[in-house]
Amino acid sequence: MDRFSKFDLGGFLARQGILVAFALFLVGFTIANERFLAPDNVMGVIRSSAILGVMALGVTFVVISGNLDLSVGSMMSFSTIVVLDLHDKIGPTLAIPSMYAMVLCLGAFIGFLVGYLKLNSLIVTLGMLSAIHGLTLTYSGGKNMDIADKEGTWFSFFGQSDVLGIPVPILMFALLASLLGIILAKTPFGRKVYAVGGNGTAATFSGIRRARVVFTCYILSALCVATAGLLQASRSLGSQNTVGQGLELEVLAAVILGGASLLGGSGTIFKTVIGVLILGFIQNGLLLVGLQFYVQYVVTWIIIILAVWLDIAAKRGKLWSPIA
Amino acid sequence: MAPGTLSTFLKRGAIWGFIVLELVFFSVAGEFLSLSDKAFMDLDNMLLLFKQSAPIGIIAIGMTIIMINGNIDLSVGATFALSAIVLLDSMTWPMFGGLGDGVIPLAWGLALMTGVVLGALNGLIVWKTGVDAFIVTLGSMLGYRGLVFMYNGEQPTSHLNWTLVDLAESQFMGLHTPTWFLIAVTAVIWFVMNKTVHGRNAYAIGDNRTAAINAGIRVGPHFVINFMIIGFLASLSAVVFYSESGSVNPNDGELYELWVITAVVLGGTKLTGGAGSVLSTLGGVLAIQLLRKGLGHIGADTETVNLVIGLILIAVLFLDRQLNLKGREALKT
Repeated sequence: MDRFSKFDLGGFLARQGILVAFALFLVGFTIANERFLAPDNVMGVIRSSAILGVMALGVTFVVISGNLDLSVGSMMSFSTIVVLDLHDKIGPTLAIPSMYAMVLCLGAFIGFLVGYLKLNSLIVTLGMLSAIHGLTLTYSGGKNMDIADKEGTWFSFFGQSDVLGIPVPILMFALLASLLGIILAKTPFGRKVYAVGGNGTAATFSGIRRARVVFTCYILSALCVATAGLLQASRSLGSQNTVGQGLELEVLAAVILGGASLLGGSGTIFKTVIGVLILGFIQNGLLLVGLQFYVQYVVTWIIIILAVWLDIAAKRGKLWSPIA
Repeated sequence: MAPGTLSTFLKRGAIWGFIVLELVFFSVAGEFLSLSDKAFMDLDNMLLLFKQSAPIGIIAIGMTIIMINGNIDLSVGATFALSAIVLLDSMTWPMFGGLGDGVIPLAWGLALMTGVVLGALNGLIVWKTGVDAFIVTLGSMLGYRGLVFMYNGEQPTSHLNWTLVDLAESQFMGLHTPTWFLIAVTAVIWFVMNKTVHGRNAYAIGDNRTAAINAGIRVGPHFVINFMIIGFLASLSAVVFYSESGSVNPNDGELYELWVITAVVLGGTKLTGGAGSVLSTLGGVLAIQLLRKGLGHIGADTETVNLVIGLILIAVLFLDRQLNLKGREALKT
């Protein structure tokens, strides 16, 4: 009996552990600094997590379908640079759709390679990470990109304005999260994504076109990346070529923290949002209690490993791995 | 000749063929396009190429055995930076004050120890928790980078020891010191992977983990040993590089993991484990470095290098798949 209850607690912790940990963090930081849960601070945290969060939404689809996307960081740099450059050349109204079109082409290319040609997604997106970085540098000639007239453009709307008292990046993040969450959880396409990631062979035999599903996941990921680039460009109105560098792994960390398995077939949009918020609040909380920004790296490390470990331990019913 | 030998030979030799192709292409194209009047296949140029390949190359050799083992290590860049800081900082510690140049072996030892400990930690976590190495090292990539920043904040850590600089810049039989380290590492790891029980077990585990366990191979210790080796090599790379440069920024080594994996994959090692060769990895490293130098030589923007490397990586993956498909079809008939 004693054993049973202990195991059950472990099971509960593993299933909802990430939410429990999140709650503990919030309580702890609130005790340490009462400013932590003040509305403006909470708003600030979500706002600064929004760009990472938007990218994580798309990557969630890719990861659930059993693939990886390491190219989102350099793709985000690309979209930021392109939209800033086109802004001055053809005006914001045309620049935004043009940028989306270009980024979607890149996404379609990756989707074609991974979906239809069935190439290993890690290496393909690793190659694309490098290739798109090169493309960005070639496009910009290695120079920083700036909008000439920073005061007189409505382009800053996406990154800097409020609607009904809520910053636009948060609204876009929430809107995209709800939309993609519904697509993933409530539509036939969403179920196909889980099926392809859970057992590709079984999915193929039940008549699901695996290639098409994977392709669509990468298109969705590119769509999210383009939106993230738009938010970034609009917030800063100027950018370096390396603005998204390293974000691919941070995004992946948020998705994994949300409980998506890299083997595919599990994860939800809601949990990814929680993962993104945990990263954001930890960063903010540690700063508020007076620690340096880099302490969050170490804390994130410990949390990621504990989260995944508990998840696995609950599934196999044993804490330690059976590997001899 | 046994059937399949030719295709195996072609695949094994592909990376060297590619290197020859690059040499020919850049030499010919250089005649027409070069900005400098020096020939591309100049001896000094090639010696420099080997030297510049060393930092990535030494880590790539370690990554090869990790990937043969069926794992991956994303934390090598951070390990590289932390070892570099330990190396440079420990030479200024007061307790080593009276040693003069005797501090060098101590500092090297401490730096190499750092890598071994960080690697062992990765390996133990992979072994004991059963969490995939990709996630474990993705986490420690962040965590170890955090330790790098904790050590000295955002300040660069600098210390120049002229004896070390002389050592790092010296040439023996024409080759620079870093080149010798790269050659030695390749030779030792080649020996370990091909002539020892540990090496054969590493291949077996990567090829089919369940079968290896059933055959009585203790998978966990082999994981830990391989992670210790790559940690050691990441530190060695830092030791070789920073002995000469003498200053390390906390962001140094970022994205090294990706460059290293690119080189290893270009050399033909499989991500799924069980196949790969240390010598081909050396080929992959040289091919990338050659590409960098060559594109500069014919006057292409250095920015295009990333573009070309990325596309070549994907093309190699595609070609490799096509070759393997043919092999499998032949097996069926």
